[in-house]
Amino acid sequence: MMRLELVKRPQRSMLFSALSPFIAFALTIIAGAVMFALLGVNPLTAFNIYFIEPISQVWQLHELAIKAAPLILIAVGLSVCYKANIWNIGAEGQFILGGIAGSMVPVLFPQFEGPLVLPLMLLLGMVGGAAYAAIPALLKTRFGTNEILTSLMLVYVAQLFLDWLVRGPWRDPQGHGFPQTIQFNDSAVLPELMPDAGRANWGFVFALVAAVLVWILMSRMLKGFEVRVLGSSPRAGRFAGFGLNRMVFFAFLLSGALAGLAGISEVSGAIGQLQPVISPGYGFTAIIVAFLGRLNPLGIVAAGLVLALTYLGGEAVQSALGISDKVARVFQGMLLFFVLGCDTLIHYRIRLVGLALTKPEGAAKLEAAPKLKEAR
Amino acid sequence: MDITVNILLTIATAATPLLIAAIGELVVERSGVLNLGVEGMMIMGAVGGFGATYLTGSPWIGLLAAIAMGAVFSLLFAVMTLSLATNQVATGLSLTLLGLGLSGMMGTSFVGQPGERLPNLYIPGLTEMPVVGRLLFGQDPIFYISIALTAAVMWFLFKTRTGLTLRSIGDSHTSAHALGIQVIRYRYLAVIFGGACAGLAGGHLSLVYTPQWVENMSAGRGWIALALVVFASWRPWRVLAGAYIFGAVWIGQLHAQAFGIPVPSQFLSSLPYLATIVVLVLISRNKRLTMMNTPASLGQPFVPDR
Repeated sequence: MMRLELVKRPQRSMLFSALSPFIAFALTIIAGAVMFALLGVNPLTAFNIYFIEPISQVWQLHELAIKAAPLILIAVGLSVCYKANIWNIGAEGQFILGGIAGSMVPVLFPQFEGPLVLPLMLLLGMVGGAAYAAIPALLKTRFGTNEILTSLMLVYVAQLFLDWLVRGPWRDPQGHGFPQTIQFNDSAVLPELMPDAGRANWGFVFALVAAVLVWILMSRMLKGFEVRVLGSSPRAGRFAGFGLNRMVFFAFLLSGALAGLAGISEVSGAIGQLQPVISPGYGFTAIIVAFLGRLNPLGIVAAGLVLALTYLGGEAVQSALGISDKVARVFQGMLLFFVLGCDTLIHYRIRLVGLALTKPEGAAKLEAAPKLKEAR
Repeated sequence: MDITVNILLTIATAATPLLIAAIGELVVERSGVLNLGVEGMMIMGAVGGFGATYLTGSPWIGLLAAIAMGAVFSLLFAVMTLSLATNQVATGLSLTLLGLGLSGMMGTSFVGQPGERLPNLYIPGLTEMPVVGRLLFGQDPIFYISIALTAAVMWFLFKTRTGLTLRSIGDSHTSAHALGIQVIRYRYLAVIFGGACAGLAGGHLSLVYTPQWVENMSAGRGWIALALVVFASWRPWRVLAGAYIFGAVWIGQLHAQAFGIPVPSQFLSSLPYLATIVVLVLISRNKRLTMMNTPASLGQPFVPDR
């Protein structure tokens, strides 16, 4: 019987720090091949449909950008939280609240048009997301309530609230009873970047700008240093005079605002109205994006594109091979597993050792000692 | 009187999966491991239980399959966090995400298929007794398992030497390791026990509560179970009380919807989640209580030095 043994490295390995996402991706591909084979599909055919075909034409690249934009926006904010060891896992809810808050303008004031509409919507979206994220932050700082559970519970509440809005007070009276709001007027729709080439809209630009700004914040500014210190050693942070409570609010409000921006961008860009469901789990997938991108905003851009591809691939295998599009969720889950596992290699060397089941460790050491003497 | 009995019965049915999942997680957390994958293990248990029943026609085999599914799935978490010392929060989250995806994929062909319900206990003479008959002798088998499990865990944690060892690991894995206790081995067993419980809880959903397969049918119950453990400040009998309170909230809002109370159904549906938040706030306000009971090494990775 074999056993894994971890040996701490004196320093974190730069090599594995760079390689680990790639190893993780390779392992995911291998596991995916096994999965497709089990489903009775030739893995090569499946991979071609899953990973190659969805991005072989320009308009498809635009679809990729549409899917990647919310993932990157949310994940960039989450990376700040996770670096600070603050666990906001309710981004899905903040995304929804951002979408709702921003939609107030076109839904409640459909006559209001002009260049001011969109900026106001985006601003309201960010405020909505940040305000919703402020709830778990407040509960954590005021009462010490675990932010993981509260932020997650608020996701269910947000989903139900949106469901009520679009079936109740905000339902389009001319919508033939469909649970949806009115179509947004033209000045409330996020413009497409290159309407001739594809559907990608300004949301993708927002995502890239947010990634660069947060990268500057984290690597060039004192606030970023504060985040890292408080994350790795709250005690050291306290001595340095950094307030943990202020950091909780900063991280939650920032990530909430970005998730809210993602929400309103998605609603006003890709969808054009509010529906009972406005996200295929972007808020949760973004958690994977954040880790795959090594909690680094620039890495997150790349990771966001990869995860966006898993969504497109899932849709593609569903229509081409009749496999459930849940396969995308499986790929995403596996990817996160392998990333976390490979990250171990950064801090530890892994040794396989034979395991003597009956011998306690102390005894083995004692036996080894006389041998050393003999050798001398 | 009949209505009261019926309501009590449905509350017990709603509380049972919460209780089982939370009792399992309680043992895991007492050993110092935080497994946020309860929701994922639960839904895997649900799909495994339904699938095995569908294929074999026997809900009893389904019951075993649900337990096995949860246990095997939790092994993934154990290898990652215990052998590879990964971040427990992130790994638990990924277990949930993977479980939701995998169960959805495995269950594609089960959607809309009729299920088989585990039969209720029936003891001639006793079950027919007025009022208490059905409450005590006429419920589903998993209900009795849940009560027995709670008692067993109470006895194990606080009356046995192994239980004491497990709790000591949860409070200080370094001290336990220094005393020669096999920290990792204990934790493996605890995590697998938690997984089996979560699987059984999921099996209850697809074999008793609503005997069919619906995607995401656990509907956040795994997360509520996690909250219950905090609410119970890591005490089994408080988990029992908490699970029944939540069962009552869950059933209460369903009954309120059925009675046509002039409140939007979505607001009523969000009550269990809001109640979870309120309860967590109330319990965490009492800092002394939580500080005293939280296993001190909860969530911290442990790598034995050699």
